[in-house]
Amino acid sequence: MPAKDPNSPLAAGLLDIESLDRREIEAILDRARFFQPPPNETYRRLDCLRGKTIVNLFFEASTRTRVSFEIAAKRLGADTISIAAAGSSVSKGESLVDTLNTLVAMRPNAVVMRHAASGAPHFLARHLQIPIVNAGDGTHEHPTQGLLDALTILDRRKSLENLRVAIIGDIAHSRVARSDIHLLSKFGADIVLCGPPSLVPLELAELAPGVRISYDMKEAIRDVDVIMMLRVQLERQHEAPMAASEYFRFFGLQLEHLALAKPEVIVMHPGPINRGRELSSDVADSQRSAILNQVENGVAVRMAVLERILA
Amino acid sequence: MKSLLIQGGRVIDPASKFDAVADVLIRNGRIEAVGVGLKAEGVEVLDATGAIVAPGFIDMHVHLREPGIEHAETIESGSRAAAAGGFTSICCMPNTLPTNDSATVTSYIVQRAREVAAVNVFPIGAITKGSKGEELAAIGSMREAGIVAISDDGRPVMNARVMRRAMELARSLDIPVIDHCEDLNLSAGGDMNEGPESVRLGLRGIPSASEDVMVARDLLLAELTGASYHVAHLSTKRSMAMVTFAKSKGIRVSCEVTPHHFAITDQELCAYDSNYKMKPPLRRSDDVEAIIEGIVDGTVDAIATDHAPHPGDEKMQEFERCPFGITGLETAIGLSLSELVHTGRITVGRMVELFTTGPARVMRLNRGTLAPGAPGDVTVFDLTTEWTFDVRQSQSKSRNSPFSGRRFIGGQVATVVGGGIVWKRE
Repeated sequence: MPAKDPNSPLAAGLLDIESLDRREIEAILDRARFFQPPPNETYRRLDCLRGKTIVNLFFEASTRTRVSFEIAAKRLGADTISIAAAGSSVSKGESLVDTLNTLVAMRPNAVVMRHAASGAPHFLARHLQIPIVNAGDGTHEHPTQGLLDALTILDRRKSLENLRVAIIGDIAHSRVARSDIHLLSKFGADIVLCGPPSLVPLELAELAPGVRISYDMKEAIRDVDVIMMLRVQLERQHEAPMAASEYFRFFGLQLEHLALAKPEVIVMHPGPINRGRELSSDVADSQRSAILNQVENGVAVRMAVLERILA
Repeated sequence: MKSLLIQGGRVIDPASKFDAVADVLIRNGRIEAVGVGLKAEGVEVLDATGAIVAPGFIDMHVHLREPGIEHAETIESGSRAAAAGGFTSICCMPNTLPTNDSATVTSYIVQRAREVAAVNVFPIGAITKGSKGEELAAIGSMREAGIVAISDDGRPVMNARVMRRAMELARSLDIPVIDHCEDLNLSAGGDMNEGPESVRLGLRGIPSASEDVMVARDLLLAELTGASYHVAHLSTKRSMAMVTFAKSKGIRVSCEVTPHHFAITDQELCAYDSNYKMKPPLRRSDDVEAIIEGIVDGTVDAIATDHAPHPGDEKMQEFERCPFGITGLETAIGLSLSELVHTGRITVGRMVELFTTGPARVMRLNRGTLAPGAPGDVTVFDLTTEWTFDVRQSQSKSRNSPFSGRRFIGGQVATVVGGGIVWKRE
């Protein structure tokens, strides 16, 4: 089993943004910018993780995150194995701890894990020595998404300092929102959360400094630098927060809304997008949309994270 | 029938308002005398110098898991954990397999306890068949077989009409109706207290209101029926306020609180560690303060542990998949001393009441006193011994406690049941 270097904050893996300090986030983002390829070129290939094995363990469906972790690992020279829970012994009733112990017995160097239960990677980290990278846990955090969102903002803004950001949609069930909120708050952002009341509980205002709540979308996006739209997560909602026919009318992002924000406003979405449900097609495809840049930046950020954990 | 002379301790017997250094003589299983310089030829002596000698402690809310779930706990192991925790009597909840909803199951528990239990065991019967909340269980026959109360603990009766009928029957049988107060629609899917912490951790919340609306409903039904109604593991400030109000209006209501609900808040729990997962969930600090105030002002009748053993493999899972409940028998006195007595909130005498006369009165047990003729059950504890709880040494079959490794000042020293020493600190 690889020994953990206690001096590196990421030696034990990356479980969430909340427990990272600002310096560590800046270090990851700096390194990610180094990995970003010039336009029309692909990622550079490095060998710093040659001989390392990374297991991608996805207990929940994922396309972009899983592929992007895999490409990131391969670009760094690591060997990767991707396991989808449906095809593994989990479907035969094996417990999570037993599954992980079985994998760890084969001596990989790190596990990248997505799981439907909040805190599943934290629980495992308490019982296993291997570094764990959280690729999304339930409705808690998705730390590499938070980092790639920050990198995407930095592509279009000089710094993360003092941004005004609106996050709109199902915040309660969003792991992306929690990671974004923690990260941007550490850089002093003003963050407005907006959505139907049962998806934006008032307690969210206590999540981090600089967070406030609005139930009026037009008010929320006034003069913001960034609008982050979230997917309406039908699979995580246990009862409808409002009539489905009203959702887009009150909380869907439409082209005319953009005039309320700052002129160079960045529109982001973690994907997969539901055109016509949380944002209109013309917004998704507009100049202001950074949605494809987010996907692109996923690889660079995950290269930086894997390198920091394993190199 | 055993005899024992307990010498030199500070005897606290709230029932007779006695608090002085004295000896306690138990002969043939019953209290014979409390006094200074008692002598008894050929009787075993227990030296209690420097310790407190109290009537045997009663835990009116435990889960023994037998019959049916013996890999988690048995009547034997659970009663040994009780003895090791300083308890001489325990009342066991009916959520076994099968549910204790018939005289057959009640008789099995009574018989089994007679054979193997280290302490007195009093079964609590189900309110409804299978605790399904629909049809009343065989409450009268269970009463004859030995139940002391009825409860659908953990699966509260959601139908107010069924609860009303149960209360009417319980009143005629003179047994209390104990409710685990939780509106299952409001709490559905929740894993911890609803508030800033559940939002931060991305876990689904159990709102305080899910407890409060049931307490409110039950208090109205208790007034309607005249039944004795008892709130199990009360955990919120609003429920405490309602119970205080109902008591002032003469409604026959009592309540218990657990040590974990006055010892830890939802901000102090270890994230995603299932040893902090129970129902009701750990609440906010203003709830904890209200519970302690209820203990201080007399609203709270009893401290009960809700000892809920679960085997390790069930608790070693993703937080949301783990069952609710923690063990509590062996840490109850230590936590009560550290959180209530050493902090100066209550006297040690009041603490003794909460473990003796309080639960005895709620459950009509004719115990909890050192009066001559009473059962020879005694709990000896002290206020100064430093010890550390190590869950690996627990007498329970399960290990699901958040208090392992915790340092305590003062705790149980010896447990005496019917004049026999059933546990003694090494």
